[in-house]
Amino acid sequence: MSAVMTDDHHEEHPSFIKRWLFTTNHKDIGTLYLWLALVMFFIGGIMALIIRAELFQPGLQFVDPQFFNSMTTMHALIMIFGVVMPAFTGLANWLIPMMVGATDMALPRLNNWSFWILPFAFSMLLSTLFMEGGAPAGGWTMYPPLSLQTGNALPFLIFAVHFMGMSSIMGAINVIATILNMRAPGMTLMKMPLFVWTWLITAYLLIAVMPVLAGGVTMLLTDKFFGTSFFNAAGGGDPVMFQHIFWFFGHPEVYILILPSFGVVSSIIPTFARKPLFGYSSMVYATASIAFLSFIVWAHHMFTVGMPLAGALFFMFATMLIAVPTGVKVFNWVATMWKGAMTFETPMLFSIAFIILFTIGGFSGLMLAITPADFQYHDTYFVVAHFHYVLVPGSIFAIIAAVYYWLPKWTGHMYNEKLGKLHFWLSAIFVNLTFFPMHFLGLAGMPRRIPDYNLQFTDYNMMATVGAFGFGLAQLLFLYLVMQTIRGGKKATNQVWEGAEGLEWTLSSPPPYHSFTIAPVIK
Amino acid sequence: MSLIKSGLNLTRLGSLPYLLFGLFSSLLSGRVFAVQPFNMPKGVTEISNEVYHLHMLIFWICVIMGVVVFGVMLVSILLHRKSRGHKAAQFHESTTVEIIWTVLPFIILIGMAIPATKTLIAMEDTSNSDMTIKVTGYQWLWQYEYLDEGVSFYSALTTPREEIYNQQQKNEHYLLQVDNELILPVGKKIRLLITSNDVLHAWWVPDLAVKKDAIPGYINEIWTKIDKPGVYRGQCAELCGRDHGFMPIVVRALEQNEYDQWLDKKKSATEEEVANAVDQQTQS
Repeated sequence: MSAVMTDDHHEEHPSFIKRWLFTTNHKDIGTLYLWLALVMFFIGGIMALIIRAELFQPGLQFVDPQFFNSMTTMHALIMIFGVVMPAFTGLANWLIPMMVGATDMALPRLNNWSFWILPFAFSMLLSTLFMEGGAPAGGWTMYPPLSLQTGNALPFLIFAVHFMGMSSIMGAINVIATILNMRAPGMTLMKMPLFVWTWLITAYLLIAVMPVLAGGVTMLLTDKFFGTSFFNAAGGGDPVMFQHIFWFFGHPEVYILILPSFGVVSSIIPTFARKPLFGYSSMVYATASIAFLSFIVWAHHMFTVGMPLAGALFFMFATMLIAVPTGVKVFNWVATMWKGAMTFETPMLFSIAFIILFTIGGFSGLMLAITPADFQYHDTYFVVAHFHYVLVPGSIFAIIAAVYYWLPKWTGHMYNEKLGKLHFWLSAIFVNLTFFPMHFLGLAGMPRRIPDYNLQFTDYNMMATVGAFGFGLAQLLFLYLVMQTIRGGKKATNQVWEGAEGLEWTLSSPPPYHSFTIAPVIK
Repeated sequence: MSLIKSGLNLTRLGSLPYLLFGLFSSLLSGRVFAVQPFNMPKGVTEISNEVYHLHMLIFWICVIMGVVVFGVMLVSILLHRKSRGHKAAQFHESTTVEIIWTVLPFIILIGMAIPATKTLIAMEDTSNSDMTIKVTGYQWLWQYEYLDEGVSFYSALTTPREEIYNQQQKNEHYLLQVDNELILPVGKKIRLLITSNDVLHAWWVPDLAVKKDAIPGYINEIWTKIDKPGVYRGQCAELCGRDHGFMPIVVRALEQNEYDQWLDKKKSATEEEVANAVDQQTQS
């Protein structure tokens, strides 16, 4: 009892700024991460809509080609580093301590720091929009020599990337320290919820590859400002080396952006099927295999640079191999649904859409792995369609599903189910209208990252633009729903969902400021 | 109730006008029955045909897998719902099933890898070529050098600015037309050496199934053998700056005799140019 008394001072909330700026609480920091991701989602979304507006018809209507290139570059950077990664870190902060039966994250002050770096990083990145020479326009991949033609924005881009990397690494260290040290007695590794497992593996990936990216962009910096020639052929350097470094980071990064969604979906499907997850241990092994394979497939992003036949064959075979563990996951989810007693609340709808649409993205990924065919697909809208299928109805849908699923726990209020379903159907229809025609565009020969195109590509571009505006507007509904749920609504029970299992559902809704002050015992 | 209404209003205000506008504009533009290209071209070389068939093979394998997996899911969604009174089973493991669905995809993958490997090996074999052309990318045009013939020229976009800025009707080959086309003979194995003078570019002609990066400091090799005379259009495929979308590639494949005539004309024109330049220099 005395322990509870002495903890009381944590419960009183100081002024708004003091609370959020100095917070070391995993829930507050989780909330900050999630709001940052949502704000960035709309900023990156506006950039996407500028791109789509320009591409609605052939001809240049709205923007200069240079600004168009800035938009594609910034849209990607914002959506990857500013939306999907912070959203997952936010979910990790909120959920991991509650799922493993801990009071808080293992390193609370580090936690505060890793969040508060990000607003600075993104202010720096976004400030380049107002600089002479414009925002970075060399693609988010920053390939030299083109990226070295960037004006004043280049050092800001590079330092922003450094900041994001630092933040991610510290977040990852915190996740690993929490999972390995703070689990409740009896919770062995193989009893952890799959969300915790996927995040544990993601955290290792982050620690392994963010320094590689940092090294790569630092070499760009010294090439530009300090006379080195790492990537300058005329000085004895090698422009292709940057691509190897970048994609050695970039491919594991792809899985950083998707593994936690596997965890989310593996939590939601069993709840609404009222049936335990099928093949728990094979899910864990599949996640680990995907993580391992992600380190040995990077060159499939650059088959056209001209590599030796043996290299091309190796990267083709290794890439195809990823289909096996990914397939296992999809089969396991379907087997979990099989013979369940399913209901279809909003989180379940988003999760089912995730499985179907992510799998379609997986199929196009398999097609891209086939090197001879990749020569035709590479750098076309087919690739754009592929990665948007795995990232938007993939990662983003999983994040939205997670918000609907855990929001009643976080706020203590149920969201409006009817509006949630409306949001789902609008999102699901428009996301397909946006990205499906892009497959056709790419196959018919439209390169990516072009502001204008031949007349033969008009129809599918129009569809994509209509879809994009519809999808963008539908997300305002999501914002409205979240605000509404925070402000009030039907009181949520502790368990919230009839079929929900796991430690977080044993806590009150909303949960106490410090999750488990007394460690629960796992049977 | 009012909340639901406001949600519906959002959609009515926001997305529907766009949707309708998009649908009507494509319906009214008179192209209702002219479906625009939506698949990879078969192309005009043996390799491009192989690539096309490989693409279709993987595509259909994916379709079949999709139909099976999504089919099972759909059945489950229709039958195993609480609202139908279905009671949840509690099974959550089956080693046999898991081994089957690990091994089966693996075998399918091997089936895909074999033809892919064969095609890839053929694509990479640049030996025994009949002629060599060096392709150099610049911001933002291409240079073609016929290495054995001493012929060389630049190739840049000719689409008028008025068309790009919507002051004039766009022509059929909008953005895919150049001043000097790359002229090639049919039936010859042509080796292309691809490089760049500034940033990365990529030389891509879909009908030839040739796409290779142009990289400063590197010379990449690729080959093609065109079966059919005709004009084949492509674009730069690697982001190369402001006018990346405005440096197309046009290949005109001619019968051997026509090609020879063109080459003779081009050579004498080049010689004349050189003579003129020398004249001018000696005069000054």
